[in-house]
Amino acid sequence: MLVKKEWISMLLAGGQGSRLYTLTQKLAKPAVPFGGKYRIIDFPLSNCINSGIDTVGVLTQYQPLVLNEYIGSGQPWDLDRMNGGVYVLPPYQKSSGSDWYKGTANAIYQNIHFIERYDPEYVLILSGDHIYKMDYSKMLSFHKEKGADATISVIDVPLEEASRFGIMNANDDGSIYEFEEKPKQPKSTLASMGIYIFSWKKLKKYLEEDELDPNSSKDFGKNIIPNMLNNGEKLWAYKFDGYWKDVGTISSLWEANMDLLNPNVPLDLYDDSWKIYSRNPIMPPHYTGENAIIENSMVTEGCVIDGKVDFSILFAGVTVERGAVIRDSIIMPGSTVKAGAVVEYSIVAENSVIGAGARVGQRPEDVSEKENWGVTVIGDGVTVGSGAVVNANRLVDKDVKNDEVI
Amino acid sequence: MKKNTLGIVFSNMHDETLGELTERRTTGSIPFGGRYRLIDFTLSNMVNSGISEVGIITKSNYQSLMDHLGSGRDWDLARKRGGLCILPPFGHSATGMYRGRLEAIVGIMSYIKYSNAQYVVMSDSDTVANIDFSDLLDQHMKTGADITLVYKRERLNNDYPKDTTVFSLDENNMVSDVLVNPFVDGEQNIYINIAVMSKELLERLANEGMSRNNTSFVNFVLQGKSSSLKIMGYHFDKYSSEITSMKAYFKTSMELLNEDVRMQLFPKDRPVYTKVRDEVPVKYGLSSKVKNSLIADGCIIEGTVENSIIFRGVKVEKGAVVKNSIIMQSGIIGENSKLDYVVTDKDVIVNHERHLSGSQMYPVFISKGSRV
Repeated sequence: MLVKKEWISMLLAGGQGSRLYTLTQKLAKPAVPFGGKYRIIDFPLSNCINSGIDTVGVLTQYQPLVLNEYIGSGQPWDLDRMNGGVYVLPPYQKSSGSDWYKGTANAIYQNIHFIERYDPEYVLILSGDHIYKMDYSKMLSFHKEKGADATISVIDVPLEEASRFGIMNANDDGSIYEFEEKPKQPKSTLASMGIYIFSWKKLKKYLEEDELDPNSSKDFGKNIIPNMLNNGEKLWAYKFDGYWKDVGTISSLWEANMDLLNPNVPLDLYDDSWKIYSRNPIMPPHYTGENAIIENSMVTEGCVIDGKVDFSILFAGVTVERGAVIRDSIIMPGSTVKAGAVVEYSIVAENSVIGAGARVGQRPEDVSEKENWGVTVIGDGVTVGSGAVVNANRLVDKDVKNDEVI
Repeated sequence: MKKNTLGIVFSNMHDETLGELTERRTTGSIPFGGRYRLIDFTLSNMVNSGISEVGIITKSNYQSLMDHLGSGRDWDLARKRGGLCILPPFGHSATGMYRGRLEAIVGIMSYIKYSNAQYVVMSDSDTVANIDFSDLLDQHMKTGADITLVYKRERLNNDYPKDTTVFSLDENNMVSDVLVNPFVDGEQNIYINIAVMSKELLERLANEGMSRNNTSFVNFVLQGKSSSLKIMGYHFDKYSSEITSMKAYFKTSMELLNEDVRMQLFPKDRPVYTKVRDEVPVKYGLSSKVKNSLIADGCIIEGTVENSIIFRGVKVEKGAVVKNSIIMQSGIIGENSKLDYVVTDKDVIVNHERHLSGSQMYPVFISKGSRV
């Protein structure tokens, strides 16, 4: 028997994140690079350790290689512990009923034994596709204070966007009386952030009951939460008012990165009291050459820049040759933008090459049909030939020949 | 073969010639190149060459070194077998502070004895170079030498410290005439204080030296034994620089702005490890101008930076101009201040509108934690 923990966290990292297309072809969504030197999962993991949680189970079943390697022993997040720490939990064979994770609730159900080893009072359920800084210990205090069975973290969203979210309808005191998944006519603007604290005994009971229901889709939002409400359990909404962004789509991923360059966005990565930890690249400081012009951008170690960088985020080890221009774009680790190339409104994935004089992406004002505009994505390891043109809103996962126009 | 090698690093050599830089630290923990400490180069060379057992000999002021090294994890040296071991001076009634390298070895004899290694690589920590020690070991074994010394070929000038050792080599690459700080002209074989020999020989020589009251490795072993031992040279012909004075520190730092030097010091397959600080990428403001500079993570740059080395977590505020300077960790350069040929140690704050300037030969040095 391990030492009892008051609370532990389970992080749902399983999603393929199919709406990120080529970016998640070889890696799970939580492993997608973000913000110059991070991966999405650094945010929930750092929030955990900063909130005093030292035991985290990461549930994953899609392309786990990169994520596994990245998490490793958990040392970068101080989660290599004698008792507890971070564990990657893939589905596994059992003496009976082996299966893939069939839904978020089923993933937790299949790991009941893991949770029970720590005999926790509370379990924090997180998802691996949001960018935010949050002190979960405040949410736990709220949960205890209200004597709740489940507390769901919510954020106020604009009414016109509310139908994209799971909406909590709560009384004035914060107690929830109804949950609606993506309602057409939302009654409130309190969107679920996919962050739940459950009293473990209650959650275990509902997980076991739900598992026996053949019609259930084994999902927290669709089954567990509604079942608890129907049975009159005490569910409370915990209001969060900081920066929180879902990065499940190309445009939201691009926006969230760009938010880091906006001084008015309340997500301060430079705050030492709530550091976001990550596995650090081992590279020398970045070098800015004689012809470099860098403004309003983030640049990481190992970069060599001799071109123009404006409103962009450059990850570790990116090379920008002389005369190249990068504007409003995200260039992921190890990519090269050759001389004279122009990259605008694009996400260039890891280890790609943009050939000399090529043009990738377009500004919205340069596109005639505005509804067809979108951020261009160059996939992992893709080479765009010299002089090639890749227009707006393209998702490129194969090499582009010299002077080809797509 | 490589697994059987012990690394020994002298962290305090040349403390006395480095002035303010080593006022409160050892030579090995002098900040260098935006995010490193000098010892990172030697340690990384060892680790990248398969040496996973390293003892670091300290003498004084080694608190900052211990803070930097921690358990050795950032160099992959937190190991059950071998790994990193910091060896503070061990004093009892018969011994005091060590005077030379040989005496320092005697002071850690029990550590050396305990090791299973067959060979020992001994190195100072003031050499900035990316050296493949496995190639050095290969040559050492192939030639059957007793001791192999790493040297570079360069002209001696006044910048070299008083204990610089040069030697001549015969046609068989054997070291013959070993001289300390001689008056000589032309290119010399300059010993860069990295040597390899068998553990057993080192133990024997250290004991013998002590019994003859000779504490110096160069004097007792290299000068005294060059006829009885097979001492050979290993020519290192890539970039290397010894940080033995403030002038050398400034010059070597500025050489990092040369692409060829960076390629030789930081090849992709032999990275230089250092303590991880979990810094955010550098943020450039709307009015930033940067040219020919090396800038480490965690900085916020809103002013102008030219021909400079900027360490982790530095702020260059609006209108500030930093030229030909080295700004160490967590410095703050206030609005509209101007710096030219200035070296600021860690945690220095330069207030608004201040102007500081030195010259290439004599950069202004601002010591740790000062406020200007």
